[in-house]
Amino acid sequence: QMVHVNKAVRIPHEEAPAKKLRLSKPSKSAALHIDLCKATNSTDALQYLLQFARKPVETESVEGVVRILLEHYYKETDNSVRLKIASLLGLLSKTQGFSPDCIVDDAISALNNEKSHQVLAQLLDTLLVIGTQLPESPAVRQRLIEVACKHLSDMYFGVRNKCLQLLGCLGMVDSPLTKDSEGLGTSLGLSVRDVQSIISDYFGDQDPRVRTAALKAMLQLHERGMKIHEIIYEQACRLLTDDYEQVRSAAVQMVWVLSQLYPESIVPIPSSNEEIRLVDDVFGKISHMVSDGSWMVRVQAAKTLGSMLQVSPHFLEQTLDKKLMSDLRRKRTAHERAKDLFASGEFSSGRKWADDAPKEKLDSNTVNLIASGACGAFVHGLEDEMFEVRIAAVEALCKLARSSASFAEKCLDFLVDMFNDEIEEVRLESIHVLREISTHITLREDQLDTVLAVLEDSSRDIREALHELICYTNVSTKECIQLALLELLKNLNKYPTDRNSVWKCLKFLGSRHPTLVLPLVPELLSTHPYFDTPEPDMDDPAYIAVLVLVFNAAKSCPTMPALFSDHTFRHYAYLRDSLSHLVPPLRLPGSGLDVVDSRCGSGSVESAQLFLQQSLIRVSTIQNLEAPGAQDLLDFTIRDLRRLGELQTELAGAADFCATYLRCQLLLMKALQEKLWNMAVPLCLKQNVTATAAAQQILEETYKLEFLYSGLDSRQVATIHHVRLQAKALQLILTARTRQGLDPLISSCEKFLQDIESFQRLFLTELPHLQDSFVDKLLELMPRLSSCKPVELVKILQTTLRQSGLLQLRLPEQVIHRATATIIEPTGESDNPLRFTSGLVVALDIDATLEHVQDPQNTVKVQVLYPDGQSHVIHPKPADFRKPGPDRHRLITQVYLSHTAWTEPSQIEVRLLLAYSSSSTSLSSSSSSSKLGWSDSIDSLPPPEAAVEGTIPFSKSVKVFIMPKPARR
Amino acid sequence: MPEIKVTPLGAGQDVGRSCILVSIGGKNIMLDCGMHMGFNDDRRFPDFSYITQNGRLTEFLDCVIISHFHLDHCGALPFMSEMVGYDGPIYMTHPTKAICPILLEDFRKITVDKKGETNFFTSQMIKDCMKKVVPLNLHQTVQVDDELEIKAYYAGHVLGAAMVHIKVGSESVVYTGDYNMTPDRHLGAAWIDKCRPDMLISESTYATTIRDSKRCRERDFLKKVHESIERGGKVLIPVFALGRAQELCILLETFWERMNLKAPIYFSTGLTEKANHYYKLFITWTNQKIRKTFVQRNMFEFKHIKPFDRSYADNPGPMVVFATPGMLHAGQSLQIFKKWAGNEKNMVIMPGYCVQGTIGHKILNGQRKLEMEGRATLDVKLQVEYMSFSAHADAKGIMQLIRMAEPRNMLLVHGEAAKMEFLKGKIEQEFSIDCYMPANGETTTVTTNPSVPVDISLNLLKREMALGGPLPDPKKPRAMHGTLIMKENSLKLVSSEQALKELGLNEHQLRFTCRVQLQDPHSDNDTLHRIYTHLKSVLKGYTIQHLPDGTVMVESIVIKVSSSAEDANTKVLLLSWSYQDEDLGSFLSTLLKKGLPSGLC
Repeated sequence: QMVHVNKAVRIPHEEAPAKKLRLSKPSKSAALHIDLCKATNSTDALQYLLQFARKPVETESVEGVVRILLEHYYKETDNSVRLKIASLLGLLSKTQGFSPDCIVDDAISALNNEKSHQVLAQLLDTLLVIGTQLPESPAVRQRLIEVACKHLSDMYFGVRNKCLQLLGCLGMVDSPLTKDSEGLGTSLGLSVRDVQSIISDYFGDQDPRVRTAALKAMLQLHERGMKIHEIIYEQACRLLTDDYEQVRSAAVQMVWVLSQLYPESIVPIPSSNEEIRLVDDVFGKISHMVSDGSWMVRVQAAKTLGSMLQVSPHFLEQTLDKKLMSDLRRKRTAHERAKDLFASGEFSSGRKWADDAPKEKLDSNTVNLIASGACGAFVHGLEDEMFEVRIAAVEALCKLARSSASFAEKCLDFLVDMFNDEIEEVRLESIHVLREISTHITLREDQLDTVLAVLEDSSRDIREALHELICYTNVSTKECIQLALLELLKNLNKYPTDRNSVWKCLKFLGSRHPTLVLPLVPELLSTHPYFDTPEPDMDDPAYIAVLVLVFNAAKSCPTMPALFSDHTFRHYAYLRDSLSHLVPPLRLPGSGLDVVDSRCGSGSVESAQLFLQQSLIRVSTIQNLEAPGAQDLLDFTIRDLRRLGELQTELAGAADFCATYLRCQLLLMKALQEKLWNMAVPLCLKQNVTATAAAQQILEETYKLEFLYSGLDSRQVATIHHVRLQAKALQLILTARTRQGLDPLISSCEKFLQDIESFQRLFLTELPHLQDSFVDKLLELMPRLSSCKPVELVKILQTTLRQSGLLQLRLPEQVIHRATATIIEPTGESDNPLRFTSGLVVALDIDATLEHVQDPQNTVKVQVLYPDGQSHVIHPKPADFRKPGPDRHRLITQVYLSHTAWTEPSQIEVRLLLAYSSSSTSLSSSSSSSKLGWSDSIDSLPPPEAAVEGTIPFSKSVKVFIMPKPARR
Repeated sequence: MPEIKVTPLGAGQDVGRSCILVSIGGKNIMLDCGMHMGFNDDRRFPDFSYITQNGRLTEFLDCVIISHFHLDHCGALPFMSEMVGYDGPIYMTHPTKAICPILLEDFRKITVDKKGETNFFTSQMIKDCMKKVVPLNLHQTVQVDDELEIKAYYAGHVLGAAMVHIKVGSESVVYTGDYNMTPDRHLGAAWIDKCRPDMLISESTYATTIRDSKRCRERDFLKKVHESIERGGKVLIPVFALGRAQELCILLETFWERMNLKAPIYFSTGLTEKANHYYKLFITWTNQKIRKTFVQRNMFEFKHIKPFDRSYADNPGPMVVFATPGMLHAGQSLQIFKKWAGNEKNMVIMPGYCVQGTIGHKILNGQRKLEMEGRATLDVKLQVEYMSFSAHADAKGIMQLIRMAEPRNMLLVHGEAAKMEFLKGKIEQEFSIDCYMPANGETTTVTTNPSVPVDISLNLLKREMALGGPLPDPKKPRAMHGTLIMKENSLKLVSSEQALKELGLNEHQLRFTCRVQLQDPHSDNDTLHRIYTHLKSVLKGYTIQHLPDGTVMVESIVIKVSSSAEDANTKVLLLSWSYQDEDLGSFLSTLLKKGLPSGLC
């Protein structure tokens, strides 16, 4: 897991100029031919073919190879060899740049003369590949479809399967087979039949595999945009009760597709005169499948239910309904009883013996045991034996509840029940789901009680998920608030590490329910109308928790501060400073603490935005990098922007981004103003060093700009690349001045020219916005540059660089976010060194939150720095990242440390790195070509920009005391 | 017609003493051999004299199958095999085989050692009986003999409970034993494939109940225990040693683990430890969660649950104790109850049903003063809770199983008559199949319609294929000619030539001849020619020949013409055809009877 950091990674790789020799290889086809002729028996031939298949074939020789293969095919008597040849033909047809229409005829004639069923199936597969390679050739498709129709009556299931697959993949989407194929079609006896009816004939095939294939082919047609006819509905429904699970599973998909296509059409209910909407009928049928015998089908059914949002509410609510009875008497569910108890004010009086005694007697004729339709589908799904089914059911509940408030209300009890599942994943999922739908619902006290019971769970993930849930929860009474606070404090007491999370939870609870908190304030702060009460301990996390709740409620409840005692105000001031993210600014009467800041109103964001814009415009007035006063202006603007970012969290990303960009400009300006440019080379070694450092720093900053901030347009990326190009130009000039040799200079120049080209290629659309910029001028001079000598080139660069103006930065539409990381654990506060035997490993727990990081699984690394300068980079496992909320990730991992013995404890540093690779820019995706399997002819394409890889440290480093002791002998 | 006969010796419209006799395809099978909890006399065991008045049962039974280890399903087994006498195979699953003798031994001890009964089976008999047991694996088809095969399916309910599919030829019966269609904390749900048996024999304990979701009950239970512990109270849970006890243990164990609780949980020792050992071993029989996590940790290796010592009951502080027996009528659970009853912080949770007369039943009905032996009274101050944890399929579950297996007939046992009546009505209504519910000793007979396999000769099949369309449609019947030969218990269909050859018989020709009178004023020869042209125009696609010897041949049918003796204009046609051409022949005769059309030359 440990990887040494290569300190030099940020320097772009030296790469040879893009020249490649094209070797004229001996033809592949010739070699194959010789091999096949040498083969004395079928086993040998098969061996040759297998060997041949391992190596790629270049595009230009594919055709020859295909001919030889076909020739051999006709001669071959052995089935397995023919089968291999057929499969090779399919593989070769996929070769890029090879158009397989020339082998269609041969393949079809081979097909017509073939006796072996297996080879037939393989040939059809090959035809399928050919057909998909030739999407714009209707004639070929037509022929292939006819071939498929002809072989549909084959005895072997594999052949029928392939034919159906072919029909599914190639069947005409727009025009049914009627008109075009009249001439050919009538001869085959399918003039007026379209692909769909041909396929649907095989819904009743004797082989379950063929039935499945027919359903899949139909689904394929649907995916390709063909409208499936409603007539097959009944047939598809019949397949729902098939004996084979794969058929049932495909049938579930099929009826689902139909329900999406014809939700409103009316179907009769068998054995009655009633009619219902098709989508409701399907919903009922799929609900039935939730108690299927095969768990794969159950998962499929449960998942599918979640995506049927058009279903009538009446049916939807039935899924949670399971009429209970005991001894033929109607019984109420525990949920109903809990609700009633709560309504009568008797909640939690406990369950009595036989309080579930059945009430009214049921007429035995009306009790319907096999629930028709949707009855209790989710009740079954949530109780299922397999957790996969339960998870699918929970997810489906979530989707349905999000679109129906009344259903959300109803499924609440069931979700809460799932908090008690035996499998953690299920518990976690149901908590997440409840969070997602919690905007729709208000928890009753008894429900809240059940939810809060989970706060004692020993699993950190569960507790955090629950905190997240409580942040979004609505409650209705002050008792609920009290209960929640009590349980959260209990949680805090039991698991002190949850501190931050609990406080955050109370912050939201308070700001959501100010009026419910108000009556509780005297009790919470234990104030008394006459007596002074002792001042609580300010360091007590529980007290802070209470204060966070109260202050957040006070924000929208102006009468509340009147209830505070003196020390409360003092504590407010302290907390507002120390925990400003948890404590909001308050308008406090009198007491001189009137720290109402206008910066938090909605108008203030706009004004800050305006300020940001104005700063940028002001800076853009700098015409020339050498203009007087420009440096000062930049300096001030950078300072202003940094402060703005601190004050206005909404704009922090944007302000920071601008400031960093301007800093790059400033550095560039300073480097160019050095007097060294007028001096002779040997005299200014020292200045040279500072300029080199500046260039290097600008490069680093540009990588930060590009990869640390999210929400950038291609416009901004172009601007960043532009600065990078300037920095590279600076580097080149400096290289020219210091290095004596000509060869390295030539290669650097070539590389720079390549950089310009790739810039042009990448940002073709942005070039109009870059007028009068450095790169614009260079592109004008391009013909001259590419032909001139290096020394001349450097000269041109130098002047262009000095004359070019500052490129104005435009902010994108969307909000810019800076990727940040905070290490929560280790805290770096412990004075107890972590002792371990040297040479062995010790595990260090790391807990960090990441914000606005895209794809953290691949980009976030942990770096460990040892006092001796050694450093290790550790890649955390993908499973170590959790996603508690949008744009937020949490890394909980263990890093393994090891070192040779030290004489006394010493500190190591741990920090998080964001790895980047310049080839992974979203904009360069067009130029990076996908790997080509069967050809090595990539060299015809332009080479991708040399990828620069590196890491950006993006968290504060934390120090940890460790002490590797020598092993005792 | 072949028949399947089912006779319950016990569990017919009744719960307890399960013992069902099945005759299928000439085989006799005994399903379960249980005892009745409610009786201490001869009624305790099934009446084996129904099978034979004297002598051993071996020659009357082909095999005995035990569905699970509960005593009402296996309690009479040593009595039957050793005291009545049965030496044939006894089938049960591996866990049942392991746990069954423990329970039998316990049962024997209580009856003989505690109650002092004589003439009861001995330990040695239990051992001898277990020697006759053949273990079954799930989904393994076991051949009892050449014709009888059995296959076990998972049934939930308790560890090792199985449903059995019994098959003779194409006739089959499924016996469910006790089963549970909803999973619980330690076992999965019953499952069977679509085996379409002729008869499904199902238990029907909860025939008229549809139960609430298990989760609410579990949550309630845990909450009660948790609250009590937090108050510092002691919780007593009276249980029976096997089955539910393990489920509750797992439930509490995982809860303790999850919630990081420290209060001790005790389990009163006894046979449970031995049984727990087997639970640990038979992981494959448990539910998904336990099966998947046992590599890290076997769920039955309890971390928080420790064996109980009687002195612990007086320890201060909160604790949870599982104690036997389950209805608080005697033993350790009662002793602990007496000690703790006085404190309102304590709690007793009854996880199951209590029989009338037991202390469990009294306190559940709210009685707060109990009279103990020796005139002492006991004030019950502790909280009394009731939680129903039961592992039988409810009405919906039974219907679900029927839907899974798709039987042709249904038979209900192991339930109360009145409740069965309701379910029977429902089943007949929903599935339109016959449903039976025989009482003990009453025989139910259903006729079956078994399919008879016949070998067909390949040549015949190929010939048939060559005649008709491209693909035979398996869903449509098709007529074909052939000869059925029944020889030495096997049936085969061959072509008639082959049959003749095989049987050494000569072929006999069967010809039909018929005379048709026709008014036709021509010479015989002309008439013949007119017939020839007429037929030629009517029967297109047939070979029609006018032979020089004065006959017309249509395929193999011969037509001759002669004038009538009385009237020269009346011609007599002689038609002759072989049996194979019957269709064409009769067609021709009716055609010619209508006369010849006038326009012929």
